[in-house]
Amino acid sequence: MSKLDSKIPEGPLKDKWTNYKNNINLVNPANKRNIDVIVIGTGLAGGSAAATLAELGYNVKAFCYQDSPRRAHSIAAQGGINAAKNYQGDGDSTHRLFYDTIKGGDYRSREANVYRLAEVSTNIIDQCVAQGVPFARDYGGLLDNRSFGGVLVSRTFYAKGQTGQQLLLGAYSAMNRQIAKGKIQMYNRHEMLDVVVVDGKARGIIARDLVTGEIERHSAHAVVLGTGGYGNVFFLSTNAMGSNVTAAWKAHKKGAFFANPCYTQIHPTCIPVHGTQQSKLTLMSESLRNDGRIWVPGKLEDAKAIRKGTLKATDIKEEDRDYYLERRYPSFGNLVPRDVASRAAKERCDAGFGVVANGTNEGVFLDFASAIQRYGKEEALIKGISNASQKELTALGEKVIETKYGNLFDMYKQITDQNPYKTPMRIYPAVHYTMGGLWVDYNLMTNVEGMYAIGEANFSDHGANRLGASALMQGLADGYFVLPYTIGDYLADDIRTGKISTDSPEFEEAEKKAKGEIDRLINNKGTKTVDYFHKKLGLIMWNKVGMARTAKGLKEAISEIAILRDEFYKDVRVPGEADELNQELEKAGRVADFLELGELFARDALEREESCGGHFREEFKTEDGEALRRDAEFTHVSAWEYTGNPSEAVLHKENLEFENVELKTRSYK
Amino acid sequence: MSAAKTLNLTLKVWRQKNGNAKGKLENYPLNDISPDSSFLEMLDILNNGLIEKGESPVSFDHDCREGICGSCSLYINGEPHGPARLVTTCQLHMRSFKDGETIYIEPFRAKAFPVVKDLIVDRSAFDRIQHAGGYISVNTSGNTQDANSIPIEKENADEAFYSAACIGCGACVAACKNASASLFVSAKVSQYALLPQGQVEAKDRVLNMVKQAEKEGFGPCSNTGACEVECPKGISIENIARMNREFLSASISK
Repeated sequence: MSKLDSKIPEGPLKDKWTNYKNNINLVNPANKRNIDVIVIGTGLAGGSAAATLAELGYNVKAFCYQDSPRRAHSIAAQGGINAAKNYQGDGDSTHRLFYDTIKGGDYRSREANVYRLAEVSTNIIDQCVAQGVPFARDYGGLLDNRSFGGVLVSRTFYAKGQTGQQLLLGAYSAMNRQIAKGKIQMYNRHEMLDVVVVDGKARGIIARDLVTGEIERHSAHAVVLGTGGYGNVFFLSTNAMGSNVTAAWKAHKKGAFFANPCYTQIHPTCIPVHGTQQSKLTLMSESLRNDGRIWVPGKLEDAKAIRKGTLKATDIKEEDRDYYLERRYPSFGNLVPRDVASRAAKERCDAGFGVVANGTNEGVFLDFASAIQRYGKEEALIKGISNASQKELTALGEKVIETKYGNLFDMYKQITDQNPYKTPMRIYPAVHYTMGGLWVDYNLMTNVEGMYAIGEANFSDHGANRLGASALMQGLADGYFVLPYTIGDYLADDIRTGKISTDSPEFEEAEKKAKGEIDRLINNKGTKTVDYFHKKLGLIMWNKVGMARTAKGLKEAISEIAILRDEFYKDVRVPGEADELNQELEKAGRVADFLELGELFARDALEREESCGGHFREEFKTEDGEALRRDAEFTHVSAWEYTGNPSEAVLHKENLEFENVELKTRSYK
Repeated sequence: MSAAKTLNLTLKVWRQKNGNAKGKLENYPLNDISPDSSFLEMLDILNNGLIEKGESPVSFDHDCREGICGSCSLYINGEPHGPARLVTTCQLHMRSFKDGETIYIEPFRAKAFPVVKDLIVDRSAFDRIQHAGGYISVNTSGNTQDANSIPIEKENADEAFYSAACIGCGACVAACKNASASLFVSAKVSQYALLPQGQVEAKDRVLNMVKQAEKEGFGPCSNTGACEVECPKGISIENIARMNREFLSASISK
């Protein structure tokens, strides 16, 4: 246990962060100029961290694999960002946001971290508005809010369905200001291949220039990973094509513990799979559940007829529909948390009520018809139209829906060729976010000194399930307001260290190893493409390590993944050369790491003999099919230490102590 | 989801080994493509076939495949992002094409966007324009005033949002006969010009960003409006008019 010190400050929960900030060591401005920090990834967490550290005076080197930092996948977040502003006066507070997040995470996150997150949430909104982020406003000119799953207040700030884009462009603009001043050196189209540890401290990285293929050494006094999640281990996910685990996995292999890898969020509202040629899945924002009602046919024969195409959704009478979320969870209805909504969809589809003919019947309806009618009547009243015809009411209602969700409806139509104003959307759960990640202490430092993990790349704030609109909040909280303090406390000891040399044997060895791995892939000359292996891995993960897991399936997955990994190294074909732009080589390196992570992922799911949040074990459920936590045995973080073989990692437990909330069975009924 | 019949296509794809090499169009027949596949999934299929045959796959930029990151580009049958309106290449689906069709696929062409390899171009000039002034100088201290202390008229906030929706893909440049970046620059200038927070630095911002765009080798705007038509995010050329007003007033008073 001694290996995991969470370094949570003493004192009452609400004073911890303030007391901590009052007592840390600071680095004086002149000394900051002598300190270098490397930031990997330029999404909300990495981008905001890079900008803030540079502004404080550190020399920042920022890296992203995209051609511009503005393209990191935070940009695709749609719905919004939570903050306990209580502008709506509906009873919100720091404590309520903290409580909702702890409960939403199924009591598997760290109280002190979550409270800090809730505490700084309001600063984020102030900061972003000052930067010119155009959040939605009401007619009085004040900021508008909406509601998300798992909560009973409206605390979500948004910019149409493009909140992530606007927030990321805000962070990107803050970076630009520092790039212009020379305080951030930006390395676009660069991928981190290894972290270099010297005398137990992270002191630099090995990176590949993705245009020239050159392998580079970069040194720094600290390394920050803001490299996102690893959902692409499932091949199909809502992640970007390039999203990967490589940076985090290499850090793991260099000693950083990987925490709770099995906590994966399967998002309930994505566009269903259309076929085997599919490359990725597209999310339909959770905000749609404010107005959309989820249902499947109540009769098996109707579901069959819909799949066959002989019956349309609109043909099914109201009494023959099963609004299963409203039926099972009357108090939260369609706005239950994501894990609950996803499992309920799977339960219906497994029982044969699914509505998409994609081989697995995987699909349910998300229906806006009643919202359109409701808004139509409201609008008619506002506009003073009496005796409006049904057609007029529908048109008025559709207009309201268009204002709220227009871009999402357009995107749905573009992808599926169906008009969601007239016929219900078809949706199904898809891999979206990973709550697990590198283990970090209260300072966001991994167990390797000087190596930090922020945003989705760490494990700390969302427990076993993340609430909607909380990822953006965490990314920006870590980058703008938490890391800049905590890293200073560490770097205060480094003011006399001077520039870190890249000529040390540690750099030499790391570079040699990275080059060796590239040569191995390039010279393999097998017969199968990287995608072939990635798709196979994805299927194993989805079928055996997906929404419902069993001990038997997980054991099979562990051995199947190991076999697949062997096959990969025997038979993968990576065309082209190492010293050129080579996208297949990039993919191969990432898939090689996914093939290792997948095994640890399944092992973690196997060891956690309970159901909590996004982790559902068939063996541990209540009589009515709800998740059954086992608090006495599993109120801990599972942090895995790499020992040479992914599934033989050593488990370290950090016990989670709840002093401010009572552990209860989550109920949304 | 539709059970429509698959497509057989002939692709003519720009191949160029690197920035210094000469490029040319290569022919690739490609069969059995589902109309529900996206354009980039079609290219994935082409590439996997090429790899299996021992040939070199086609390099192209792409990432989110949700139409928002701005990575994907491609000049398809003479249009940036292809024939459909208001979509990026990644959101273009093969149902927009006919069975038996020949599809020309080229990189975005502009002096300021040099080809890196095959269909990939270097758009870092856009980043440098943003460095020249695409920000509001506010420290990320968290000690700014309360977000609701300055009410912003809904209409202005909405307009600022529409300008800010630019994804920086470069289609406007590729569509323009002058390879002008005016739509891109004006979208950023407009976002800040419409908000009270952007006023303090407004003059320097517009002067510096326009100057940088010229320095990068983007051409002048001659108001043909091609950029607006091809913009996947529907950014309006009213932004260019606003930028010109801002530029004029800044030039006079500075």
